[in-house]
Amino acid sequence: MSEQPPISTPPHPYPGKLIIVEGIDGSGKSTQLLLLHKWLESKGHKVFFTEWNSSELVKDTTKRGKKNKSLTPTTFSLLHATDFASRLYHEILPPLKAGMLVLADRYMYTAFARDVVRGVSSEWVRKLYSFSIKPDMAFYFKVPIEVAISRLLGGTRGQFKYYEAGMDMNLSQDVTESFRTFQSRILAQYDKIVDEYQLITLDATKDIAKQQDAMRRLVDEALKDYKPKRGTHGRRSLFWRRFDVPKSE
Amino acid sequence: MGDAHYFGDGLTYLNPSDLKGKLIAIEGTDGVGRSTHIELLQEWLEVQGYGVITTGWTRSNLMSKTIEVAKEGNTIDRWSLSLLYATDFADRLEHEIIPALRSGFIVLADRYIYTAFARDFVRSADRKWIRDVFGFALVPDLVCYLRIDVETLALRVIETKAMNYWESGMDLRLGNDLYDSFKKYQSLLIEEFDKMAIEFNFEVVDARKSLEDIQDELRSKIQQLLTEEGLARTAPVVEDAQL
Repeated sequence: MSEQPPISTPPHPYPGKLIIVEGIDGSGKSTQLLLLHKWLESKGHKVFFTEWNSSELVKDTTKRGKKNKSLTPTTFSLLHATDFASRLYHEILPPLKAGMLVLADRYMYTAFARDVVRGVSSEWVRKLYSFSIKPDMAFYFKVPIEVAISRLLGGTRGQFKYYEAGMDMNLSQDVTESFRTFQSRILAQYDKIVDEYQLITLDATKDIAKQQDAMRRLVDEALKDYKPKRGTHGRRSLFWRRFDVPKSE
Repeated sequence: MGDAHYFGDGLTYLNPSDLKGKLIAIEGTDGVGRSTHIELLQEWLEVQGYGVITTGWTRSNLMSKTIEVAKEGNTIDRWSLSLLYATDFADRLEHEIIPALRSGFIVLADRYIYTAFARDFVRSADRKWIRDVFGFALVPDLVCYLRIDVETLALRVIETKAMNYWESGMDLRLGNDLYDSFKKYQSLLIEEFDKMAIEFNFEVVDARKSLEDIQDELRSKIQQLLTEEGLARTAPVVEDAQL
């Protein structure tokens, strides 16, 4: 089959903006995206949020496959691509066409990093996602593996999940050790992806507020040319519209 | 399959060179009689002493239920639909087809990747992406294509069962009712299958013939493959039974 040009993928043609975050578990990317979400809404923007592996279409299947441990690297990868396709079609494209801001917690780069570590061909997984659109901004939260481990173990979760720790790969009987090996390999893949797709790297060891400041500055700059679709009173406009007297033409 | 190979970017963690069995795919549009013929072929091969397994489109443990539910919704997009098929196929490939081939079985596949190619193409007019997606598929040793014209097919489907939403490609809005849509959709599929028949060297079998004639033709194609591969069984091997 022929070669493909991932880097030269043109920007999407829609009036909205797509902002995504990437990073390993424990990098703090979801926290940062949540804070960005609050800030954008407070500025009156219409924001839509979407998350990796959350579509109704395949969520249960992935859960079942994980539970009975029947997923192979290829079916694992394909299920996540299906989830992504379904969300792209139902959740990402409509708000972008409507001129909204879309925030995505993880994007195809997660598959490029994780699925390749699991053993699928890096060319194949890139071709698999060739239907996707290029984000307007892509942030990568870079964190050393030990920091991620201490955050996850010390945090609310307290322990690693089976697939998150790469236990399916028989790297180690010890979950923490398996997590360390697996996620270190993912970090190495992310380093390549950052160059390949020009992700914006943020230092995820810094204070939460400092990281957020940096992120907001960059987003603010990038949204300069953006014509926001906003109601006159932010979210409340939806509520008030119901009481509007129809204008005569 | 001494020369077994992948269609495109294959499974990097699985070398196909030690697969001893034979992979035979039966392709053709909906309602053309594939499953009946596969049943008869399995019987015929087993009587000769070959180990046989069959595998069917969308019948994987992982995905069969998911695909059913997805199709009930009628809101599925082209990519998700094709990726659901690909996931189903991958699950069967790694859990059924490859293990069977490794043990020397003959695998009879009711539909193969070409079905996905045709269905995706009529929805997208793009051949590249879907072929990239199925790069991990094994190239079959033999593909028999049961070819039929759309007039005969329409009559046959109406006679045996009702036309359904997906077989009629109603998601494409090609016609005003099931019948019009069925004919347009199936003609597009047949057209694409015909092109692939040349591109991928399918053995074309005229599916308008009688069941016996079609079965005979299929058997002779398979016999030819087995003979070429030195797997033909000339006489029953029973001498050990004397001991």
